[in-house]
Amino acid sequence: MAEQEASLVAALRAGREDAYEQLVRTHAGRLLAVARRLLGDGEDAHDAVQEAFISAFRSIDRFEGGARLSTWLHRIVVNAALMKLRTRRRKPEEPIDDLLPAFLADGHRENPNGPWQPAAAAESREVRELVRHSIERLPESYRTVLLLRDIEELDTAEVAEMLHVTPAVVKTRLHRARQALRALLHPHFRAGSAREGAS
Amino acid sequence: MSECSLTCSEFIDFIMAWLDGELAPEPRRAFAEHLALCPDCVDYLESYQRTVALGKAAWEAPGDAPVPDEVPEALVQAVLAARRGKGA
Repeated sequence: MAEQEASLVAALRAGREDAYEQLVRTHAGRLLAVARRLLGDGEDAHDAVQEAFISAFRSIDRFEGGARLSTWLHRIVVNAALMKLRTRRRKPEEPIDDLLPAFLADGHRENPNGPWQPAAAAESREVRELVRHSIERLPESYRTVLLLRDIEELDTAEVAEMLHVTPAVVKTRLHRARQALRALLHPHFRAGSAREGAS
Repeated sequence: MSECSLTCSEFIDFIMAWLDGELAPEPRRAFAEHLALCPDCVDYLESYQRTVALGKAAWEAPGDAPVPDEVPEALVQAVLAARRGKGA
């Protein structure tokens, strides 16, 4: 695998057309999936992938052999998608506070809402769709951090650098995003909900 | 509800640091004490951890679009054409 990658990188550096095509055909699917998670299914995701490849072709001389091509391309497409997000016309974000737990003056939960049903061995396609749809409902600044940290598995420092915020802001947004996602999922997973009978 | 040194609000604030192993010894002790006394926070912690796992699994399974091998041909051709056009 490492040898194959090294010869592909050498061919790319030599400017061979077949190497460009091989790189695109091998990685475009995964990169498109990443771009769609961040940008949705529209044109922007295709554009981000295209821009990521052009950027990769131009900077192939700076690719370091110690890294995997897939990891390197992943970072590039995430950055391309974040650029697209920044240039989109921003709508004012819905506040996330209604999805966070509320507390009484003494610090106890205002409305503890009970346990969840036991986890299934493997979540169904329907559950995965529900979770994806719920993530899409999160305000953008929270959704982006949740996607980058929990789904794309970038570390806090990388995400902070990509978003031009501090690591502390990344941590706060991630914790709130997870709490908000939990609140959106709660009606579907609480013990005694309809899904429990169905699973 | 509990009568320990940490409130439920503080407990929930600490969850992520606790999961990441980043809590200092004293708050970690208080976290464990609260967990032993507060069933509501046990439920909350379990559902929080489950939420993280559900998020991670949401795009994992095969059979859900988009499948990595299914690359739109138009996208491949657009990338290659853009490279030729820009001399990348």
